[in-house]
Amino acid sequence: MAREHRESHRDRSADALARGLGWFSIGLGLAEVLAPRSLTRALGLNGQERLVQAYGVREIATGVAILAARNPAPWIWGRVGGDALDLATLAGGFHEDNPRKTNLGIALGAVAAVSALDVYCGTALSAASEPQRPIRDYSRRTGFPRDPQAMRGSATDFVVPPDMRTPDALRPYA
Amino acid sequence: MKALCWQGKHDIRCETVPDPRIEHGRDAIVKVTTCAICGSDLHLYNNFIPGMTPGDIIGHEFMGEVVEVGQDNKKLKVGDRVVVPFTITCGECEQCQRGNFSVCERSNRKGNLAAKAFGHTTAGLFGYTHLTGGYPGGQAEYVRVPFADSAPVKIPNGLSDEQVLFLGDIFPTGWQAAVQCDIQPSDTVAIWGCGPVGQFAIRSAVLLGAKQVVAIDRVPERLAMAEAGGAVTINFEEESVIERLNELTQGKGPEKCIDCVGLESHVSMKHPDSVLDRAKQAVMLESDRPHVLREMIYVCRPAGVISIPGVYGGLVDKIPFGASMNKGLTWRMGQTHVNRWTDDLLRRIQEGQIDPAFVITHTVRLEEGPAYYNIFRDKQDSCIKVVLKP
Repeated sequence: MAREHRESHRDRSADALARGLGWFSIGLGLAEVLAPRSLTRALGLNGQERLVQAYGVREIATGVAILAARNPAPWIWGRVGGDALDLATLAGGFHEDNPRKTNLGIALGAVAAVSALDVYCGTALSAASEPQRPIRDYSRRTGFPRDPQAMRGSATDFVVPPDMRTPDALRPYA
Repeated sequence: MKALCWQGKHDIRCETVPDPRIEHGRDAIVKVTTCAICGSDLHLYNNFIPGMTPGDIIGHEFMGEVVEVGQDNKKLKVGDRVVVPFTITCGECEQCQRGNFSVCERSNRKGNLAAKAFGHTTAGLFGYTHLTGGYPGGQAEYVRVPFADSAPVKIPNGLSDEQVLFLGDIFPTGWQAAVQCDIQPSDTVAIWGCGPVGQFAIRSAVLLGAKQVVAIDRVPERLAMAEAGGAVTINFEEESVIERLNELTQGKGPEKCIDCVGLESHVSMKHPDSVLDRAKQAVMLESDRPHVLREMIYVCRPAGVISIPGVYGGLVDKIPFGASMNKGLTWRMGQTHVNRWTDDLLRRIQEGQIDPAFVITHTVRLEEGPAYYNIFRDKQDSCIKVVLKP
C-alpha cells in the first residue's frame, strides 16, 4: 500500500507538470500565431513568420492534447520533438549579420531548459506501467432466479405513474 | 471516525475526522455497515462537478444501524437497520408531496447556490458538493442523516446488506430510467452504458416487459453481465451502434433510449465529436461530453422517448435539438425520486424476483477505498461495482 501511495504521489507530480506544460504550449502557441512578426523581429529571424505561425499551431494542438488525454505521455514526447525543431530553427539564426544574436542565445537557452523539463516529464509519466486487465466471467450474473426470457414481464403488475406515462391522447390506437 | 475525504482531483484519502452529532430534532446518526462507490462519484474524483472543497466526506450509497435519534424523530429508533437514499428529503414540501423527492424544496441547506446555478434549488444530497448542501457523505463509519424520519428505508430481517444496499441509489435509478420510458410490450429499449446503473436499467426493462433490450458498451465484462441480464449487446468499438440498432429494429430505431453514461462519455477517434468535446473540456469551453445524447437523438425512433438517469453537471455543446424536435422525441430525466420506488422494489427483492447483489464485483475495507477509486475508474481487474466495509 505504501509503494502504491509513493507511485501515486509521483504520478500526481508528473501529471501536474504535464498540465503546466500543456497550458504553456497553448500560451506560447497563441503568441506565435497572433504575433509572429514581433517574435521574428526580436530574434533576427525576419521572413520566417509563416514558419513561426506553423510552430504556433503545433504548440496549440499539442497543448490541447496534453490537457485532454488521460495519458499525456505521448504528447509530452511530441513536445520534445517540437523542441528539437525549435532548437534547430533558432540555431540556424546564428549568422554574422544577425543583430539579435544575444536575444537568440537567450531564446535558445530557454527552449533548452523547457526541453529538459519535457524530457523529465515524459520519462516520469512513461515510468508507470500499463495495468494488467484479467477478464472475469460475469456471464452467469443474471440477478434473476430464472432465465431472463422467463422473467420478461414479471413486473407488469407495476403501474407507471401518470407523470411518466405517454398522455392518453398520444397513445397508439388499440 | 474514519472517512473517505475528497482532497482534489484524483485525490481521495482515508482520514480520521470528528464523529457526526445530532444537529436537528429529526436527525439520526447511522453507523455504516456497508457503503459503495458510485459511478457518479467518479465525476467528483475527476473534478468535473464544481463545488467540492478539500476535506469533504464523499459517498452517497450507504446503509447501517441507527445508533442515535433526534427528539423529534418518531419513525426511527436505535437499532433499526436502514438503507439511506442518496437524496435527502423533508417529506413535507410541495415537491415531496408530489413524489418528486429529488427536487425537494427544503433539504438543500445551500439552496441559494443551487438556485444560482440551476434556476431553482434541488434536493440535498449526501457527499455531492456544496451545490447540494455540502452534507458529509456516507463513505464513513458514521453519518448524520438529516430529515431521517422521511427517506431512510427500514430493512426487515432476513436480507443481507448486499441484497438491499442498492435500494439507496442504483437500483431505483435504473428502475426509474426504465419506468420513464413507459415501456410497451412491443418496444425495443436501447441502453447506453453497462455500468451498475445500466445493469439495473437492463433488468428493469426486462421485468417491465420490453420486447427487446439492447445494451451498448465497450468493456467485455460489462457486456457479458448485460447479456446475462437479458440484453442483446453492442460493442461500440467493434461495430457501428447506429447500423446495428437499425438492423435490430427493421431500420426504424429503438422506441426507447436510456442514457446510463452521463457527462463522461468515452472518448474515441471513431467518434470525432467525442474528441472535440474532450479538447473543449480540457480548455474549459465545455463542461460535459454529450456524445451519447447526440447518438440517442439520431437513432431513436420518431415519437420515441429519451430517458436520462446519467448525471450531467453543466453545459453541453452541439446538441442536434432540431432533429429531436422534428422527430417529436419525449425527454424524461432527473436524479432519482428514490422513495417513490423503494417499497415496491424491496417487495420484489423479498419475493426473490431480483437479487441486486449480482452487480458487486469487489468488496474491500473502507481504508482501501482510495485505491479502488482508480481501479473503478479505469475498469481494472474487471471492476464493475465496489462495496466498502467500514
